[in-house]
Amino acid sequence: MTPTIENVSRRGFLGQIFSAGALVIAAPLAPKLKAAGNWQPSVYLGIEPDGTVKIVAHRSEMGTGCRTGLPMIVADELEADWTRVQVVQALGDAKYGSQNTDGSCSVRDFYDVLRAAGASARTMLENAAATKWGVPAEECHGQNHFVVHSKTDRKLAYGELVALASAAAAAEQGSIRLKTPDQFRYIGKDIPIVDLKPIVTGKAIFGIDAQMPGMVYAAIERPPVMGAALKSCDDAAAKQVKGVEQVVMLDLAKPPLGFKPLGGAAVIANNSWTALQGRKKLKVEWDLGEHAAYDSAAYKQAMLDTARKPGRVARELGDVDAEFTKGGNGVKIVEASYYTPMLAHAAMEPLAAVAEFKDGKVVTWTCTQNPQAVQETVARAVGIKKEDVVCHVTLLGGGFGRKSKPDYVAEAALLSKQVGKPVKIVWSREDDVQFDYFHSPAALYMKAAVDGQGHPTAWLQRSVFPPIAMQGNPNEEYGGFQLGMGWTDIPYPISNLRVENGPAKAHVRIGWLRSVSNIYHAFGVQTFTDELAAAAGRDRVEYLLELIGQPRVIDFSKEGMKQGGPNNPKFPFDTARLRNVIEVAAQKSGWANKKPAPGRALGIAAHRSFLTYVAAVVEVEVHGSEIRIPRVDIAVDAGRIINPDRVRSQFEGAAVFGTSVALMGEITAAGGRIQQSNFDRYPVARMNEAPLETHVHIVTNDAAPAGVGEPGVPPIAPAICNAIFAATGKRIRELPVKGQLS
Amino acid sequence: MIQLTINGKPARFDGDPDMPLLWYLRDELALTGTKFGCGMGLCGACTVHVNGEAARSCLTPMREAAGKRITTIEGLSAAGEHPLQKAWEACNVPQCGYCQSGQIMQAAAMLKSKPHPTDQDIDSNMEGNICRCGTYQRIRQAIKMAAGVRA
Repeated sequence: MTPTIENVSRRGFLGQIFSAGALVIAAPLAPKLKAAGNWQPSVYLGIEPDGTVKIVAHRSEMGTGCRTGLPMIVADELEADWTRVQVVQALGDAKYGSQNTDGSCSVRDFYDVLRAAGASARTMLENAAATKWGVPAEECHGQNHFVVHSKTDRKLAYGELVALASAAAAAEQGSIRLKTPDQFRYIGKDIPIVDLKPIVTGKAIFGIDAQMPGMVYAAIERPPVMGAALKSCDDAAAKQVKGVEQVVMLDLAKPPLGFKPLGGAAVIANNSWTALQGRKKLKVEWDLGEHAAYDSAAYKQAMLDTARKPGRVARELGDVDAEFTKGGNGVKIVEASYYTPMLAHAAMEPLAAVAEFKDGKVVTWTCTQNPQAVQETVARAVGIKKEDVVCHVTLLGGGFGRKSKPDYVAEAALLSKQVGKPVKIVWSREDDVQFDYFHSPAALYMKAAVDGQGHPTAWLQRSVFPPIAMQGNPNEEYGGFQLGMGWTDIPYPISNLRVENGPAKAHVRIGWLRSVSNIYHAFGVQTFTDELAAAAGRDRVEYLLELIGQPRVIDFSKEGMKQGGPNNPKFPFDTARLRNVIEVAAQKSGWANKKPAPGRALGIAAHRSFLTYVAAVVEVEVHGSEIRIPRVDIAVDAGRIINPDRVRSQFEGAAVFGTSVALMGEITAAGGRIQQSNFDRYPVARMNEAPLETHVHIVTNDAAPAGVGEPGVPPIAPAICNAIFAATGKRIRELPVKGQLS
Repeated sequence: MIQLTINGKPARFDGDPDMPLLWYLRDELALTGTKFGCGMGLCGACTVHVNGEAARSCLTPMREAAGKRITTIEGLSAAGEHPLQKAWEACNVPQCGYCQSGQIMQAAAMLKSKPHPTDQDIDSNMEGNICRCGTYQRIRQAIKMAAGVRA
């Protein structure tokens, strides 16, 4: 039997999840609260008198498996029988701490507190049994849904202990008995996701599937250029469409855009199709404004030019300029520019929400990575308190960062307020692509002085990209925190090193996409490394290991870091772990024995992001302009692993996502308008284009658990392009590859 | 009035005959297992069977569905135990799960004509179904498992 799941359509509030007789455990969640000794309840685990264990999943499920993995942690420490666990999806509520499911941190940030939650409940049950039997609590052990006293061969089911345990005081923090790793029952084991059966039978509920009684459907014509103003809207023809009820004008968003709904003209109809048909009949004229001058080809050239000029220094060691001008015995200067384009998220489920505004409150069901941001954004849009927004979280048909930004939910709420009925909004694929928060285009400039042995004695790298910070300040041109994503944290011990960032102003909404800036930063560093290895005539794996140098733990604060610092004392940058994944990937791929042949070769890249160390070896076959990827080997060190099968699946998926980035993904703009709108002109990897086999090699260790959702992506594109170079001699310095091979 | 059969049961529709079958299934019948992905037949998320053949419901107007037998993921197997559904579970194929209804319906139609598909058969039959999570490798594995061919 697989665990049953609380149906998301059951509209229970948290307090109604459990029956009156249940043992409900409040446990600390936010690490800061814990550090302050504050046991403010923020996660709930309940045991019903019938023994059913209900565990609240407070993070969003978009395919990473966290809706299964997080409850596994609780159930393990609780010693619960997994078949008697029900997973209940949390509403948006600040008491959970951050619910923003991004940054690959669901396990990383909540592993310790969820263990404590499960262990404290087990300790209370053990204490209750000890009281009942009149024996020392230390002799009583939770074991697969029973408390056992082995000395006297007695046991009591958890359900039988609920009444007694719930009458007792909560277990003292110091008395909680955490397991040792050898005692783990579920952590480290392959467990199928709790939603598996509903998914394969079509019963799983995503945001696009959510319904409310009496709801109407909306389609919105939004400003086609960022900041465009409405000149006129003729809705007469739209209103003639049978089934169209009305056309509603929504105020246009003013900068800073943040998560604000864009506004526009909304057609309200009796079903999705009719709303879309009505929208086609709208005659809307726009005053396009300043961003109508945005042309992505010219913008690309401007960024490449900027990257050749001095920028802001984010990290500096030694004197790069002196080393570049010094010259000397066999010293060569190598430099290269790289470019990666704008990307759209294009999750398979377009943005969708249903919302009802009633009596000064909003209830919404939506596919969101960030239900608390839904509360805040909706509240601000309709003018109520965020506590008066009830956000139910459905499954997400992919998220990749886009569904952290709840502009689409605010649209549904605003429209419901205006029409007095629940409103369902489903973005068309065209909307989803054109009104994205795009992954930044980026220009990178790399320069090194190399000695006679091919070793860099000076290294300069400069990145230029319109920053995410434009959401809060439309004039922001510098990368800020994004520089800590694979740029300032370059791990090469080069005594003359400078990391810079140049300015770029955004002309579209910019946001975070799976792996964020690590995508272009890894592309620059790992391609340039490969270029230096090739120039020195060296084996590229050996050369990469040499650049990383002897195993060490990097203290960036002592190595010239000025901003964008990734230092985290719990997760120091340990180059031994980076070296190890490179060696594992090389060995498992058969690197040493697979010599490049014309049209067929391996490429390697390694990158640490989201505190996880990843190396990828990709094999490519190039026939003319056609590229096939028969095999990928990815080695991963993410510390402690909760559900290995889901970790493998994340890295299998990252190889495909990275293939889309490398080979075909590109969003362009002309006249301020996005030129792509669907999968015809914004292709993503299909089955026949994806890697045929991806082998994921998990390095097991006891280090603190790090991220797995994103870190697989960054090394893929440079590994593919390095393989293409090895196979053909063609160096790829701009993405996507499509169109560059003859 | 358009009459058709949905998952073995008679159904009728008296709206716009140009409306795609997809929206009839989803908005009128609440059969939400069939997904909207692109509206242009580019992604396969909306795949159903029309008289036993795989079809993109986003491009199938109701007038064309008239008199036809439509099978959706909800009707593929009464207990959700079609060999592909079982193989999908055994291989832990889904990540987010959104495209999987369409993938399974497409694969089920393929197995009727190609009960022992080669890798090339799988590529050519499945390339119209996008999975943005990148579960292709396991989809291939599950199809082979259900078909009893060697992986």
